[in-house]
Amino acid sequence: MRRLLFAATVLAGITPAAVRAQDAPTQTLRIALAEDGDILDPTIARTFVGRIVFAGLCDKLFDINEKLEIVPQLAASYEWADPKTLILHLRPGVKFHDGTDMDATAVKYSLDRHVNLPGSTRKAELGAMDQAVMVDPLTVKVLLKTPSSPFVAQLTDRAGMIVSPKAAEAAGKDFGLHPVCAGPFKFTERVAQDHITLDRFPDYWDAKNIHFARVIYRVIVDNSAKLANLQAGAVEIAERLAATDVGDARKDPKLNIMVFPSLGYQSLNINVGNGPKSKLPLGASALVRKAFELSIDRTALMQVVTNGLFTPTAQGIPPTSPYYAGEVKPPERDIAKAKALLAQAGVKTPVTINLTVSTSPDQRQVGEVIQSMASEAGFDVKVQATEFASMLSAEGTGDFEASGIGWSGRADPDGNLYSFLYTNGPLNDWKYSNKDVDTWLDAARATTDVPQRKALYAKVVAQVEQDLPILYLDSNAWITGASKKLTGFRPIADGMVRLQGLELSK
Amino acid sequence: MKGHLGKRILQVIPTLLLVSILVFCLQQLMPGDPAMVLAGEERDPNVIAQIRAELWLDRPLPIQYLHWIGGVLQGDLGFSWRIRQPVLQLVATKLPVTLQLGAMAFAIAVGIGVPAGILSAVKRNTKWDYLANGIGLAGLSTPNFWLGIMLILLVSVKLGWLPPSGYVPLSEDWRQSLATTIMPAFVLGNAIAAVLMRHTRSAMLTAMDQDYVRTARAKGLGEWRVVLKHALRNALVPVVTLGALELGTLLSGAVLTEQVFSIPGFGKLIVDAVFNRDYPVVQGVVLVTATIYVLLNLLADVLYVVINPRLRDA
Repeated sequence: MRRLLFAATVLAGITPAAVRAQDAPTQTLRIALAEDGDILDPTIARTFVGRIVFAGLCDKLFDINEKLEIVPQLAASYEWADPKTLILHLRPGVKFHDGTDMDATAVKYSLDRHVNLPGSTRKAELGAMDQAVMVDPLTVKVLLKTPSSPFVAQLTDRAGMIVSPKAAEAAGKDFGLHPVCAGPFKFTERVAQDHITLDRFPDYWDAKNIHFARVIYRVIVDNSAKLANLQAGAVEIAERLAATDVGDARKDPKLNIMVFPSLGYQSLNINVGNGPKSKLPLGASALVRKAFELSIDRTALMQVVTNGLFTPTAQGIPPTSPYYAGEVKPPERDIAKAKALLAQAGVKTPVTINLTVSTSPDQRQVGEVIQSMASEAGFDVKVQATEFASMLSAEGTGDFEASGIGWSGRADPDGNLYSFLYTNGPLNDWKYSNKDVDTWLDAARATTDVPQRKALYAKVVAQVEQDLPILYLDSNAWITGASKKLTGFRPIADGMVRLQGLELSK
Repeated sequence: MKGHLGKRILQVIPTLLLVSILVFCLQQLMPGDPAMVLAGEERDPNVIAQIRAELWLDRPLPIQYLHWIGGVLQGDLGFSWRIRQPVLQLVATKLPVTLQLGAMAFAIAVGIGVPAGILSAVKRNTKWDYLANGIGLAGLSTPNFWLGIMLILLVSVKLGWLPPSGYVPLSEDWRQSLATTIMPAFVLGNAIAAVLMRHTRSAMLTAMDQDYVRTARAKGLGEWRVVLKHALRNALVPVVTLGALELGTLLSGAVLTEQVFSIPGFGKLIVDAVFNRDYPVVQGVVLVTATIYVLLNLLADVLYVVINPRLRDA
């Protein structure tokens, strides 16, 4: 009997489940986040750090790769039946964390939820969608109101995250307190302002690429403290290290400091049409704006503020994008020409400019360097550091002359241009309006042909560089620090920490 | 006695009501629209309108106030607009963290400040006095965040003795809890230690010149017995008053220290809430703090009555 029991134990020991349990990863990965995220519901979430947590929690229909190409995730493939009909073919056998199936019903449910849930911050991203129709359990047809080539790119972010309909229905508005998705890790615990813990989901469709049992996202706001935590081995990855810390951090043999281009930019947004402040010389005259631009040496500015890690630019499309307009380059600093333009504009010097920047030290520094550079050309720049929420409100009501708010960036150029430059676009707080730009932006949405879109965006970018409602300063870069023991990190321009393939040597 | 106490308790209610109205009205003066902050980067006008409607931001202020205070009276402080957790739950998890940090910092401050003050008074104008004064001056003039970062670099990064940040509750693992809080408590306590040291020193110097000290010495008592039993007891009275006042400094200093050491405490909670225009959290935290202060005052009044019988008939 005892022998029989022994044999049974041995047999039990080699069942697939047991093999899986034996091979199951045991390590914990700790990631330092630069701030605390908001609610963990992909439909109403809005923060950047929230997206980093979602990368472990909620898979999306599509993802992007290093070349900004769209690659499959929960959807295995897609095709355009016509310019207004997108067919999604789903990956079979995918489960949510609650064990229910990720199928066409769930995809339709999630897309509808993104559009219809009150307070959804996905509504604008999926604005082109008319309705989603289930064709069969693994096929969904998305009908659009108008042709929209950037639509698929929207599905590479939160708008493409699919939630468990069962869990979402049960939790209602509180879904974000216990999110249930189909990502590699499932939600375990959150202590606000401290940490979020996720545990490995054994039935994840790509489980072979997951090498951690647990991921802890820790909130460490202070830049120096964040680096110190990385150096002390208290975290394995730290996102968004300060540019000024890179020199020291690179000297540490235990660390791997990665600097790679992002999708976002920093800019000065100039009020050209929103209320009385747009009537001041800077907003009223494109010549004055050009003179202001020529007074700024972007390369020197980036050298001072970011140790030269961010790339000077004169457009909203990131250099890594296949749509980048290479011919539109930031002009060299030219004080003589700037002075001549001011004389041509017939304005009295010094031209006073009220520049609003956020209270972060690097943004204030941007303002101060510009202040000193522009003074040589005949500008009197008054830098006003304002806390972020107040700055947003002031932009919305037109209570600003020039304001330094950047953009985190989207994979498709439409996401970096349309809302900011289209007449009455939702983020066009400076009320820029140019009929040609509107036409080109619409045309670029209506076609999926890459060379054609590229040509249209090149026209947009060139026109904007002439009109200067937005004075682009630089393309941002991500500065991510990691332990040398960590391998498999993929530097992708959206700045997410993808957990697939990450491994920690012992 | 009952009449006096009853009167004091009755005064608490209008005080708290006034605080609730004040905090509600004051934050309306802050520029920046919470709905706009909550609507995210895309800031879709329809979404902003929906958020306003859901959070009652589109109603008149008095209605908004009544809606909120109605909930508060039923024990519901509302939920955080940013992360949707109930405010009461947030307060209940954060307050003990800051209280623990504050208590440890205060213990460190007293533990260092009072003995150093005694030493420097007793050994007046010797190297011990200069040393204690020098350390005190350094403690006073060192900014918390700087000292914090330096300690992390030395103790955690170079020596690897303590974790550089984070917090473990006492109930979970008391050793880890002390390990995570000892550095921030030291940083927080060090400036107060310096203040306590300076005041103890001067109070001790005054006491040591008093007649009763001379008498004690004349009786042939040992020097340390004179110092600790006779001089210190009298010198401590103003020091205790000052220590109580410094408790306020401790709570405001905790904000920066919590930031540097990534400790999820009360200070960080309110700062984040203000910047994110998370009104229910701001209101809840201020109301809870005010309630604690008012209740402590009430307790002090009760103690006065217990100590001083003449007040019972007042």
